[in-house]
Amino acid sequence: MTTEAADPVEAVGSIAPAADPGFLQRHGGAIEYILIPGAALAGALGAFGIFVAMFGKNPLDLYFYMYYGAFGTWFSWQNTLTRAAPLILTALCTALPAQLGMVIIGGEGALLIGALSATSAALVLQGMPPLIVQIAMVVAGVIGGGLWVMLSGALRQYRGVNETISSLLLVHIALAVLNHLVEGAMRDPASLNKPSTREIGAANMIGSIPGTDVHWGLVFGLIAAIAAYILIYHTVFGFAARVAGGNIRAAKIVGLNVSKLILTICFLAGGAAGLAGMVEVAAVQGRTNANLAAGYGFTGILVAFLARQNPLAIIPVAILLGGISASGGLLQRRLGLPDASVLVLQGIIFVFVLASDALYGRIGFLKGKS
Amino acid sequence: MADGSIGLWTVPLAVLGGAIRVSTPFLFVSLGECITERSGRINLGLEGTLVMGAMSAYGISYLTGSPWLGVLAAGITGALLGALHAGICSLPRVNDIAVGIALMLFGTGLAFYLGKPLIEPTAPRLPAIDFGWWSDIPQVRAALRVNVLFLIGVALAPILYWAFRTTRWGLLIRTAGESSDAARAMGHSVLLIRLRATMVGGFLAGIGGSFLSLFYPGSWNEGLSSGQGITAVALVIFARWDPLLCLWASLAFGGAAALGPALQSVGVTSGYHLFNAAPYILTLAIMIITCSPKRTLTGAPAELSITR
Repeated sequence: MTTEAADPVEAVGSIAPAADPGFLQRHGGAIEYILIPGAALAGALGAFGIFVAMFGKNPLDLYFYMYYGAFGTWFSWQNTLTRAAPLILTALCTALPAQLGMVIIGGEGALLIGALSATSAALVLQGMPPLIVQIAMVVAGVIGGGLWVMLSGALRQYRGVNETISSLLLVHIALAVLNHLVEGAMRDPASLNKPSTREIGAANMIGSIPGTDVHWGLVFGLIAAIAAYILIYHTVFGFAARVAGGNIRAAKIVGLNVSKLILTICFLAGGAAGLAGMVEVAAVQGRTNANLAAGYGFTGILVAFLARQNPLAIIPVAILLGGISASGGLLQRRLGLPDASVLVLQGIIFVFVLASDALYGRIGFLKGKS
Repeated sequence: MADGSIGLWTVPLAVLGGAIRVSTPFLFVSLGECITERSGRINLGLEGTLVMGAMSAYGISYLTGSPWLGVLAAGITGALLGALHAGICSLPRVNDIAVGIALMLFGTGLAFYLGKPLIEPTAPRLPAIDFGWWSDIPQVRAALRVNVLFLIGVALAPILYWAFRTTRWGLLIRTAGESSDAARAMGHSVLLIRLRATMVGGFLAGIGGSFLSLFYPGSWNEGLSSGQGITAVALVIFARWDPLLCLWASLAFGGAAALGPALQSVGVTSGYHLFNAAPYILTLAIMIITCSPKRTLTGAPAELSITR
């Protein structure tokens, strides 16, 4: 107790707001956006600890191995960041349409179609210089994924079809298309047990960031998230999108082209997820097969909600959830937990985060009244 | 024409059999979702409920030796998940669609976690009634082996139709779905009505899941449900929130889902995966045809967030 009070940082942290009541009024909102999701995350971890304790595992061991497997060593950090890369991109697929008030949960489908398009581009351009092939893969992945989600946006705008359900149906359709092509027209005859396309070629792989095992996809993700943030919060287009998301009727009255907004945002959203598919092909798998449906699209939805649909906040949240999935292997080996435990934890976090939405604006001391 | 070589007739027969067999989960989930949506809330988490129902039915059937106890356990599990959904949704400013997505992930994850030890053992399955006794052709007999749950579901559809129209409970649910203010003015708690409607919806979806693991395909594994739950939710929109139309739509979807395996059995294998996606393509096509941006759908509960 005394040591805590003696800590100057702690003391400043607790006294300064009281001395300046305006501080909380100005920053209460920002503090809320960190405090409430943080509390939800802590609550979810607590609930998951109780859950594994019911199966006779020690929750403290659980937390230790989760930390160790996610952020404990340089090796685990690299594993975490490798998994965070596609999560940043698929989270953007939910976060961008959310600015317009749309709930798109089809990132997984856009990822698969993006991977398929990127692989096709690479296979068509075999023999060209690697840089050209890689650029073509990025373009093909973005366009493929973008058009896939834009379809949901267009159906919503022109036919009134609910975008949440259509995007989810399109995930299943995308998987069927992928399986159809991988086992049919695009199949590499040499892939016997696991039907796959031909490999894109080692020269065309995008490789790792120098000095690490983390592939360049992480940089793609960071650039995309920052670009999305600038687009949404610092451009006229982003402002128009947020106006339309706040009040669609007002947006129409002031003459905004809502159709164009919806289609563009959905294209960019799908393009991000399609880029994730391209990255998984060009940096990890080297070819397209059913392994690509690893659930990054679905975890991305959780990342977007936990980040409260803010493109910049997506980066740390994606790293956090990348860490959780990176620690899954260690939890299996050391604690004997099933691989689905990561799914359970993700579900619990999601439930807690959504329930915590009720808390905004209700925490007394953050209103600066005390 | 000798037995077992009825040629191309296999396909329509298999589709008919599929319409009966495959449609049952669609039927239960869509009837359950119909009740929930009529009360003004949408539960997208029924996909997770379906998988949890399948897992708990299989587990209880294996442990107790009674598949019917398994069905009951699946229903109770579904009702609990429904209560969780309704409980979170009753908090202020919480979006019911997002909660549904969360419970979809949670239910699926929990089922995979708890169901790990159930992949190996074989649980007692639900019995079937042989309506094909009059025929000598094995394909006909196979197509007409009907499960009791299917008959219960078929009976449930007109009962629900009647209940929505004429009973006090049906009226209350519809009032909550059309105008929560009106329900409140009558002195009823909208949250409580929706809680009950979501729990009953979850109960039925859980039973739909028990059919998957205890009858067809009749085992527990992690690939058991491939989006039947979400297809059934979309199916309710297509059926215009009418339980009788839910029945016909479920039969059509069951038939569509059986098309891929049926064609494969006669040697048409090229489009296998595309035919497997037939229910999703059909759902999407029907939604494109029937929805319109200019008006809300006829029959849509006014309080439903998905149609606003």
